[in-house]
Amino acid sequence: MMRLELVKRPQRSALFSMLSPFIAFALTIIAGAILFALLGVNPLNAFKIYFIEPISQVWQLHELAIKAAPLILIAVGLSVCYKANIWNIGAEGQFIFGAIFGSAIPVLFPQFEGPLVLPLMLLLGMVGGAAYAAIPALLKTRFNTNEILTSLMLVYVAQLFLDWLVRGPWRDPQGHGFPQTIQFGDSAVLPELMPDAGRANWGFVFALVAAVLIWILMGRMLKGFEVRVLGSSPRAGRFAGFGLNRMVFFAFLLSGALAGLAGISEVSGAIGQLQPVISPGYGFTAIIVAFLGRLNPLGIIGAGLVLALTYLGGEAVQSALGISDKVARVFQGMLLFFVLGCDTLIHYRIRLIGLALTKQEPAAKLEAAPKLKEAR
Amino acid sequence: MSANHDGANLLEVRGLTKIFGTLTACDHVDLNIAKGEIHALLGENGAGKSTLVKMLFGSLEANSGEIFWNGQAVRITSPGVAKKLGIGMVFQHFSLFEALTAAENIALSLDDGSPISSIAAKARALSYSYGLPLDPESLVGDLSVGERQRIEIIRCLLQTPQLIILDEPTSVLTPQEADKLFETLERLRAEGKSILYISHRLEEVKRICDRATVLRHGKVVGHCNPREETAGSLARMMVGSEVQAVVRAPVEGIETARPLLEIRGLDRKPATPFSIPLKNISLNVRAGEVIGIAGVAGNGQGEFFESVSGEVLQQDGASVRIRGKDAGGLTITGRRLLGAAFVPEERLGHGAAPRMKLSENLLLSRHATDGKAFVGTGGMVKSGAVYAASQRIIEAMDVRKSAPDPEAAALSGGNLQKFIVGRELDRRPSVMVVNQPTWGVDAGAAAHIRQALIELSRSGSAVLVISQDLDELFEISDAIAVMHNGELSRPMPIAEATFEKVGLLMGGAEPGHAEHTLETA
Repeated sequence: MMRLELVKRPQRSALFSMLSPFIAFALTIIAGAILFALLGVNPLNAFKIYFIEPISQVWQLHELAIKAAPLILIAVGLSVCYKANIWNIGAEGQFIFGAIFGSAIPVLFPQFEGPLVLPLMLLLGMVGGAAYAAIPALLKTRFNTNEILTSLMLVYVAQLFLDWLVRGPWRDPQGHGFPQTIQFGDSAVLPELMPDAGRANWGFVFALVAAVLIWILMGRMLKGFEVRVLGSSPRAGRFAGFGLNRMVFFAFLLSGALAGLAGISEVSGAIGQLQPVISPGYGFTAIIVAFLGRLNPLGIIGAGLVLALTYLGGEAVQSALGISDKVARVFQGMLLFFVLGCDTLIHYRIRLIGLALTKQEPAAKLEAAPKLKEAR
Repeated sequence: MSANHDGANLLEVRGLTKIFGTLTACDHVDLNIAKGEIHALLGENGAGKSTLVKMLFGSLEANSGEIFWNGQAVRITSPGVAKKLGIGMVFQHFSLFEALTAAENIALSLDDGSPISSIAAKARALSYSYGLPLDPESLVGDLSVGERQRIEIIRCLLQTPQLIILDEPTSVLTPQEADKLFETLERLRAEGKSILYISHRLEEVKRICDRATVLRHGKVVGHCNPREETAGSLARMMVGSEVQAVVRAPVEGIETARPLLEIRGLDRKPATPFSIPLKNISLNVRAGEVIGIAGVAGNGQGEFFESVSGEVLQQDGASVRIRGKDAGGLTITGRRLLGAAFVPEERLGHGAAPRMKLSENLLLSRHATDGKAFVGTGGMVKSGAVYAASQRIIEAMDVRKSAPDPEAAALSGGNLQKFIVGRELDRRPSVMVVNQPTWGVDAGAAAHIRQALIELSRSGSAVLVISQDLDELFEISDAIAVMHNGELSRPMPIAEATFEKVGLLMGGAEPGHAEHTLETA
């Protein structure tokens, strides 16, 4: 008989801290292979279609960047929250409100054009996301509500609000009744990076810049230190003179602003107008990105690209093999599941214990001893 | 297997070993406890006493070794097995529900389904017969620490154990309460029960124990009769070397020195139903002196520390004054900027962030006071300067560590405490407030910390030390005040203070009482 035993490590393992996402990815592939096999598909072929073909041409890499940009932008913001032990689950709603605020300019003032339009839209997008994130922050600091619940529930409010907007007051009068706003004017569209090669826009650059800035904030600046102290030991944080309530606002406003920036970039860049649905769940997938990237902004860039690929792969297997694109959600879920599981390896060693004779011998002796005495 | 067992031995332990990862907490420990003896288990913090006792009580399983109970080999796999054999234990940290009565707490641990009323009657009878009077109907939350300990002892005695294990029982008692406990223990011995008495207080071990087993670094370094030893020789066995005595030079003309820390009529309402309100506390700590605050744990020391440090703010700004300025409305950062430094009781999670490196933990309390040195333009941390300063402190305080800049949690308690105290001393603060400076710290490191605190005061700073360790306070203080139930007595000059006087105040004699006896004496 064998059993597994977890033995606590004296120090956090730096090796497994780095390896854990890769082990998780490998386990996801194995579980995915079983899944595909059960669906009656050759796993190797499916993986080729899922993971290789969607990124085999340059224009496809641009598509990858388009999907990765919002994921990275949102996830780096969330990483700050999670490091501070503040659980913002509502990035999807902040993303939507960023998109709504930013879109107000091209929708309500379509005749306003020029180089100022885009910066104003982006700024308003950040304000919108931050303002929406301020609600759970306020509720938490004033009434001690659970931010997981409030931020999550506000997602549905945002989704329904957007739905109402595009069907009601902001609907395009010339849109034949379709629930969507007017197409944004030229100066309200986020330019493409290399129009000749593909569709990728400046949103991806924003994501990379945000990741590097947050990396500097968290690793090099006093504010980042404050985030980490309050997140890991709040009492020590209070002893340091850091305020927990201020931190709740800081983390929510920062992550909300970045989610809002992602929202307006997506609408202004990839879509070009507001629709009832503007996100395939970026705000939720970004939670996986944040953890897969070890809450490290640079790791999040890589994780964002991987999760963006699961979207593209999901679309690919649907068209090539006729498997529902919900398989993308399954892959994302498995990744998060395995990455959280593998994190155990950072704090624990796994020891395989065959019920070895050396260990059991003294115990057996002890139990046998009274009987021996009785026998005598 | 050993063949001949002395019939008089109740418990015999042979080669008991417990390994945690790379640490051998108990290394082939031998221990014999005879019937009707009080046996001391001596050792410094971290010597392996708790691990050994947990194995005897079944909360930990040994890696190897044998235990004989009345000559029979036994395997103690759980506390339930230990109780059945007749081993009872009174833990250092109580496991009582504050919102329940004493009788209800006892009933919870008996789980034999007898009605509370009969348990209460039994507990009451037992408590009076052993001279530990206890009202079973009282709420635990309303009881003093000494009374709570009685519940634990009665709870243990109700199971009629043959061997009673007591873990540091006097650490929460006043000297007078401890005397009472000793009488009870002697009665139990007279009835033929055995007691394993864990302590690092040598005087009381000499006083009540028949034999002693001394542990050091997980190994038994000797068995002895404590009555034939001196406190010094026992200490040498425990520590393994001579401990440097702390030197306290007398101070002259302290009455005219400027008070650097003034506390005037400090009040605080209880934050939770079971926390202690602070009532009208006043105290001056002058430049050049060390004032000690004695008191049984849980009499408001923690609340007092939070109020003085600024982790909790005061309504009245003048209730705490630092270097002549009102500080009651200032945060801990504001008070630090006035020149104060603080060392809280809890090391991990309060004084230091466990999962952060020592250099980062230096920044924890000094990011504002040393803002220029440690933080550059735009809030960038100058990690090189922080690292250099942390290495300077590590060297000055002789902090032993396994890596150049390890996580705080990787250090032993004593070494982390040296770092935390050193972190504040390194600033040369004008006001230093320390809660339990050497709790859980080995003797050598404790002497180092105490000496450093005295030297800080002699260089012109005001030092306030809150401690449960009376020996420590008598060693370092120029005057001792006593905190009881949220009130603070007037400080007694050390020349006039005795264990007895301080002990009376710790037990709740009225604050003015000590002054009165001083005048008549």
